[in-house]
Amino acid sequence: MSQYLLSVHYVEGEAPPSDDVMQQMFADVDTLNQKMQAEGIWVFAGGLETPDTATVVREAGGEIVTTDGPFAEAKEHLGGFWVIAVPDLDAALDWARQATVACRGPVEVRPFQDEPEG
Amino acid sequence: MPWSRRGPSIPGRARGLNLAARATDDLDRVFREESGRVVATLIRVFGDVDLAQDALQEAFAEAARAWPTSGLPPNPGGWLTTTARNRAIDRLRRESSRDTRQAESARIESLRNLPEDTGPVPDDQLRLIFTCCHPSLSRSTQVALTLRLLGGLETPEIARAFLVAEPTMAQRIVRAKQKIKKARIPYRIPDEAELPDRLRAVLDVLYLIFNEGHSASSGPDLVRADLCHEAIRLTRVLSGLMPDEEEVSGLLALLLLTEARRQARTTRWGAVVLLAEQDRDRWDALLIAEGQQLVRWCLRRNRPGPYQVQAAIAAVHSDAVTVEDTDWIQIVALYDQLLAFLPTPVVRLNRAIAVAEVAGPAAGLALVEELDLHEYVPYHLARARFLELLGRSAEAVQAVDAALGHATNDPERRFLMRRRQELGPSDT
Repeated sequence: MSQYLLSVHYVEGEAPPSDDVMQQMFADVDTLNQKMQAEGIWVFAGGLETPDTATVVREAGGEIVTTDGPFAEAKEHLGGFWVIAVPDLDAALDWARQATVACRGPVEVRPFQDEPEG
Repeated sequence: MPWSRRGPSIPGRARGLNLAARATDDLDRVFREESGRVVATLIRVFGDVDLAQDALQEAFAEAARAWPTSGLPPNPGGWLTTTARNRAIDRLRRESSRDTRQAESARIESLRNLPEDTGPVPDDQLRLIFTCCHPSLSRSTQVALTLRLLGGLETPEIARAFLVAEPTMAQRIVRAKQKIKKARIPYRIPDEAELPDRLRAVLDVLYLIFNEGHSASSGPDLVRADLCHEAIRLTRVLSGLMPDEEEVSGLLALLLLTEARRQARTTRWGAVVLLAEQDRDRWDALLIAEGQQLVRWCLRRNRPGPYQVQAAIAAVHSDAVTVEDTDWIQIVALYDQLLAFLPTPVVRLNRAIAVAEVAGPAAGLALVEELDLHEYVPYHLARARFLELLGRSAEAVQAVDAALGHATNDPERRFLMRRRQELGPSDT
């Protein structure tokens, strides 16, 4: 089995979906999570708060500096993600297709380095 | 390198030459035919594209030493597969001797116990085609990988054919191989549900390879003609592997019927000759016969698709002894069918040209005016032709001038200049 990160991105400043759509989205994502768990491919998943809640910690000149705000200055932000364990990319893409429908946003599929020895 | 290729060998061509030259020709031919098949099986066995390629190169080098004296083995593909497999196993053993994990060395030894000399497994090649054309790879990467792994072309050859700098092409191929490995793009034939989409991508890649060879005559011509041959060869391989897929046969027919007109498409000085003005005696009758036979088979199967319809259009053209003999009504009907599959402006343009042959230039012009194809030379040429036939010569000249602004290579430019002269000076 190989692990893949399915990450959901959203563009800052784009109007958020209506409440109805949002509720439906939560329900769909919930259903997908349950399906992933039932099929035994679910490793971990979660939705993130907005980037303005982020704090960055970094080492600079021997000092640890803490700053307010997200690390990336990009307009696109990580909104949530799944980690799944499946045999190959085709299987991961198949779950990504279901994920993009459920969460109404593009889903990036990225393999983890080295599969864990098992 | 001994297996570097120089265009397809013609059987018997080397008869009058000395033995060494003859042997080199045989090697070239065998390497070319076997490369994709053997590497496909090695990739399945070892699960590693680089290891498979390196092992095959070593096997080729060994064959180049052994075969000139021993003669061709009865099953060259089997010989190469076995030799390459043993080289790969040797390499894996050398590399794993540093780490002495027993499971690993047992796994490596088990690879030796595969049946000897059965040679490449046909399905492996099919798996490899689908891996090379996987939707997670960009189209240009799919094309490069297909030529490199299945066609066995060297990276510099592919770079030259696509007018891309060699390091760029090398990097593209290295990256693609890494993605296959790291993202674990599977090595399998897609199941029935995904097959239509996945096969479509494969056919599009083969068509693109052919077109790259067929279109612009800029760049070294021979290399480009080689691309056409390679696309046809790979499509033949695919149609041998999937004999029941109508679209595969349709693509093969389309490529053969287009290739049949190659000689007539340019003058001796490299100027473009339009279909209507081509010397049809210079069309290749053998290729036409094979293409038409495939089209008839497709028609009997009655499961049309975009490549089959395009092949049918080419077949109708190839049936006509002169332009005037062309069955334009049939061609318009086929374009109507093609539009259902490919509703693109270029298909609409070609349909308009056929409509004009049936219903006159005014009808053609009306259809063409609806299209947004201002960067496309044939669009302006078609407009110029219709305007000329309608006696609106000043506008026709303007249309040719617009075409000149978008011409990309010298033969095309020369053709347009000549066209402009035929229309006479602009009134403006």
